[in-house]
Amino acid sequence: MSLLNYSLSLADSTLLLGQRNSEWCGHGPVLEQDIAITNISLDLIGQARNFYQYAAIIRNDGSTEDTLAYLRDAREFRNLLLVELPNGDWGSTILRQFFFSNYQHLLYTKLQQSNDEQLAAIAAKALKEVTYHLRWSSEWVIRLGDGTAESHRRMNDALQELWPYTGEMFIPVPFEKEIANKQTAPDPGSLKDAWMEKTAEIFHAATLDLPGNVFMHTGGKEGNHTEHIGFVLAEMQFLQRAYPGAEW
Amino acid sequence: MIYPVDISTQPVWTILSNIMDPEVPVLSILDLGIVRKVTVNDDDVEVVITPTYTGCPAMDMISASVRMELLAAGYKNVSVLQVLSPAWTTEWMSEQGKKKLKEYGIAPPNPLQQVCHHDLFMNDEAIQCPHCESWHTRLISEFGSTACKSLYQCKDCQEPFDYFKCH
Ligand SMILES: [Zn+2]
Repeated sequence: MSLLNYSLSLADSTLLLGQRNSEWCGHGPVLEQDIAITNISLDLIGQARNFYQYAAIIRNDGSTEDTLAYLRDAREFRNLLLVELPNGDWGSTILRQFFFSNYQHLLYTKLQQSNDEQLAAIAAKALKEVTYHLRWSSEWVIRLGDGTAESHRRMNDALQELWPYTGEMFIPVPFEKEIANKQTAPDPGSLKDAWMEKTAEIFHAATLDLPGNVFMHTGGKEGNHTEHIGFVLAEMQFLQRAYPGAEW
Repeated sequence: MIYPVDISTQPVWTILSNIMDPEVPVLSILDLGIVRKVTVNDDDVEVVITPTYTGCPAMDMISASVRMELLAAGYKNVSVLQVLSPAWTTEWMSEQGKKKLKEYGIAPPNPLQQVCHHDLFMNDEAIQCPHCESWHTRLISEFGSTACKSLYQCKDCQEPFDYFKCH
């Protein structure tokens, strides 16, 4: 059960961030970056497919990657709150991508050593992609943070908005503790120091200040979401709900 | 690439060598290095392939092509299995494939150790222009028309070009 919830949690977080980023398709600030963010979406949705396919095998009840992605309700989604938030402006999108890629990079690096072969294989495969995402988003955080007065101000606004959602990545829920005890995945808390270190390094170059201790929102991994998830699911799931089994 | 060890798989490898990557139609799936294993038992054949990128939309189409071509060749039970491990790397691309890419106007992947490092703002990778062979090129974007490519421009002939990035 914890393996199923864990796989779904990774699937849901990657799917929702892929979906959010894809909202930029055709709206990116310049063509190359529009292509970059949608490429990242494609990678994230690809990772989500792998985790959903695995979850479907574990459930062994006729579920498929599609039923898991398109027919579950908000309460069943186990994603981080961070990824369901609206995109905001480009700076906010970039900063969230940096936070998430930084976390994914550390997580997948450890998960490659999982005693679960399939999780290890997905992590090893996805790590190569995430490495590109992390570099790209780091560069943009620096470029915008240490850019013009306007870009700096926007990055700082985005930071105040998003920071309270970063803690959830490192606060384990019961299924994460259970799976960590079985050596199948790292304890999320064990990733925190390295994440902070990388964030501090990039922020230093970006002339952004690390916020102090603030209240951290949690609950996403256990199905308690912000009001935003309803909107993103409505858009993402509409077609399959309205026309069950639709294909092209 | 993996070379056939079992003589009974030879005709299958020949068929596979004629199936092209839908996104880079000069490369066969063998050139690309994504076919990992072929097993034949009389009329049954199993082909194991591995995706280039997790989100590569061409994989389903490639699986379908493999199935159709093998059924057309008379194999009765064809299964195409996708595996993730070991993860695909551009090191598996054949030398012939790299040559064909360049002729097609796409700069072939550099060897891994040369460019796959993760420093920031590393926009001076030495990528050769596939049109005029100049090394005087610049990175426009790390993400290009498909997941496997990035976008460059030649500072000599001014042409933009795709680079099949190392992975
Ligand atoms: Zn040139």
